[in-house]
Amino acid sequence: MVDIPYDRIAGIPPAEVPDVELYHPRSWWTRYVFSQDAKVIAIQYSLTASAIGLVALVLSWLMRLQLGFPGTFSFIDANQYLQFITMHGMIMVIYLLTALFLGGFGNYLIPLMVGARDMVFPYVNMLSYWVYLLAVLVLASTFFVPGGPTGAGWTLYPPQAILSGTPGQDWGIILMMASLILFIIGFTMGGLNYVVTVLQARTRGMTLMRLPLTVWGIFTATVMALLAFPALFVASVMLLFDRLLGTSFFMPSLLEMGTLSKYGGGSPLLFQHLFWFFGHPEVYIVALPAFGIVSDLISTHARKNIFGYRMMVWAIVAIGALSFIVWAHHMYVSGMFPQFGYFFATTTLIIAIPTAIKVYNWVLTLWRGDIHLRVPMLFALGFIITFVNGGLTGLFLGNVVVDVPLSDTMFVVAHFHMVMGVAPIMVVLGAIYHWYPKVTGRMLNDVLGKFHFWVTFLGAYLIFFPMHYLGLLGVPRRYFELGDAAFIPSSAHSLNAFISVVALAVGFSQMVFLFNLVWSLFKGEASGGNPWRATTLEWQTPETPPGHGNWGKELPIVYRWAYDYSVPGAEEDFIPQNQPPRATHVVEGAAS
Amino acid sequence: MSAIILFLAVIAAIAGWWLMQQRLTAKPWLEEGPAGQFPGGDAMTWPAAKIGLGVFLAVASALFVLFISAYSMRMNVVDWRALPVPRLLWLNTGVLVLSSVALQWSYMAARRHDAEDVMIGLLAGGASAVIFLAGQLLAWQQLNAAGYFVASNPANSFFYLLTALHGLHLTGGLVALGRTSVKVWRSSGSADMRLSVELCAIYWHFLLLVWLVLLGLLTGWTDDFVNICRQLLS
Repeated sequence: MVDIPYDRIAGIPPAEVPDVELYHPRSWWTRYVFSQDAKVIAIQYSLTASAIGLVALVLSWLMRLQLGFPGTFSFIDANQYLQFITMHGMIMVIYLLTALFLGGFGNYLIPLMVGARDMVFPYVNMLSYWVYLLAVLVLASTFFVPGGPTGAGWTLYPPQAILSGTPGQDWGIILMMASLILFIIGFTMGGLNYVVTVLQARTRGMTLMRLPLTVWGIFTATVMALLAFPALFVASVMLLFDRLLGTSFFMPSLLEMGTLSKYGGGSPLLFQHLFWFFGHPEVYIVALPAFGIVSDLISTHARKNIFGYRMMVWAIVAIGALSFIVWAHHMYVSGMFPQFGYFFATTTLIIAIPTAIKVYNWVLTLWRGDIHLRVPMLFALGFIITFVNGGLTGLFLGNVVVDVPLSDTMFVVAHFHMVMGVAPIMVVLGAIYHWYPKVTGRMLNDVLGKFHFWVTFLGAYLIFFPMHYLGLLGVPRRYFELGDAAFIPSSAHSLNAFISVVALAVGFSQMVFLFNLVWSLFKGEASGGNPWRATTLEWQTPETPPGHGNWGKELPIVYRWAYDYSVPGAEEDFIPQNQPPRATHVVEGAAS
Repeated sequence: MSAIILFLAVIAAIAGWWLMQQRLTAKPWLEEGPAGQFPGGDAMTWPAAKIGLGVFLAVASALFVLFISAYSMRMNVVDWRALPVPRLLWLNTGVLVLSSVALQWSYMAARRHDAEDVMIGLLAGGASAVIFLAGQLLAWQQLNAAGYFVASNPANSFFYLLTALHGLHLTGGLVALGRTSVKVWRSSGSADMRLSVELCAIYWHFLLLVWLVLLGLLTGWTDDFVNICRQLLS
């Protein structure tokens, strides 16, 4: 049994606990490996996600080598190319971004930011990580099984996903489904923790409207993920049945390699509905934590309260709700009932309203702020630019008439990489530079950080901006090589080569970042508890890095919202959330 | 997909109702001061485990409703042949109702601090749940023997899939029930134990409700209802 710092029955944890009731890990194993401390679990999640993310990064290099210099690299064949795109997409969307934002940042920041000692179900939280790790291992094992990983594309559409001819039909697809099912089970365990901790374990005075937007973003995204991932679960289980037991949930009758297959009557469209019922909210499951975190980065580094806090909260909730009724905009060319397009195009365009509110509020927060162009701020600014760019092309693709000719072209690839690839990664990187001092007690190297930012930001732009042009020319996505199609000019081939070279450079700059992470751990400048002079609770812990239990004997008490920056008359340009009001007024009185 | 949309509408209504109580229109930049000075917005006072179970039930409901959505879409294809529901299912349903009643009785005993009755209720509930699961397996065997294999028709596939999923959830519940029984045996009468018994009872009622809905679906009772809904929506 684990020491639980408060009675399971008590609603609100006591403000003060005697020392004996705090967590005391008994050995090295329970402290660092089978730890129930949300902060250790967060680091485990982040490291695992980054490791598998690096695999996906290398896969993207291989794809770019093939696209930029077709025919040059004999070790990449058409089947492998399909496997690379599938695994790259699946890893980046689910195993990297979802796991990093919710399992990584969620675990680290939620308890600290709401003033809790830990997640409410620490054991389940630990289990969540180990199931996630198992999911990642099952996924990675597909590289070594006969036939290799599945090459069905990250959407795994049946019938082609489980028919012979698609790479990985033997083992790859089965293990992919198994891995997704495990991931969803593991995520549900973690997700229950994140939601209930925000609902129930907030410290005294931490009302919902005093929560930092980071917590709002992660909380809403978790609620969405808990409701959306079951759709992927249902789709995976049913596809697994089709593949293993020969049922026909999704499989129509068809000829496979010249012979009539055993399947009949199934509906591939049903799979697409289920998949995108998960798939579209997934975009916002990644985006909402990014929205929240970037709001805090901008406010802190511009020394200014976030503009329109209430509107920001409402927008997060509105986006979360709306994102469940737009899924079929991924299916305009699927053959579904055409009039559905009207409805889904309308809801899709309506989402632009709360999203635009958020963008305006970020920009208005910057307006006349005391902007410190430190690395986290640079990444936050990079996010705004790439997100606006990706959002605008989203308006193109949300319209049926514009989407139909652009479907399955590089334009779509450019759009979603801008909006849910580069933009959230910008936030992830900015957030790592921002919170690294709290996690390790040391600052990341600034020169390396700025180099990393400029190469990543400019490079990512140079990769994905020209890709829109390729898409407008009609260059299709998922093609191993373009051949001599008359509608593709030679300039498109040169552009592809250029994009590939830049992609390698951007990849290289991530190695510089990794070096920085390791080097600074030992040689970085000591940061102190609150290097950015920030207001939120995680910067006010008695120790840095915070110990197990976060707060020592007494829980913090919250007296104000999270954005008291540059308050007129205050002694300093920030007032921590746990600073009582009287102290400020005394200072104010003394100053006048 | 109309079933899941309706379900989400219900969830959204609950979430919206709850958010309305949280003073989302407050202007936090003006409200400086200790807790209690401003009404509303405090953390929930329910035990974490109870809120956790509530959230989990929402997730599990979403899962079953999504299967129901898939079911109602797939059953429109011409190759659908409804399978005869084994009579045994009615007996199983009765056993599951008994199981739920036993746990409710156990919970009521826990509230009167009657440790012995709590234990009897838990054991009776657990035993009847195991009988239910055995009955389900027997029903599978009967269907298999009659030639209704999992892959021979989508109706069969759904039958096996949905009953298996429900059975797995009940198996998970049995694990929790086992842990609760150990807790009762060790420390009868504690508030912690009462909470565990209560949560088990809630989960059992939930699974009974899910089973009744699934039974209605699988026996075709709800076909007319589904058709009416479909006509309303299209």
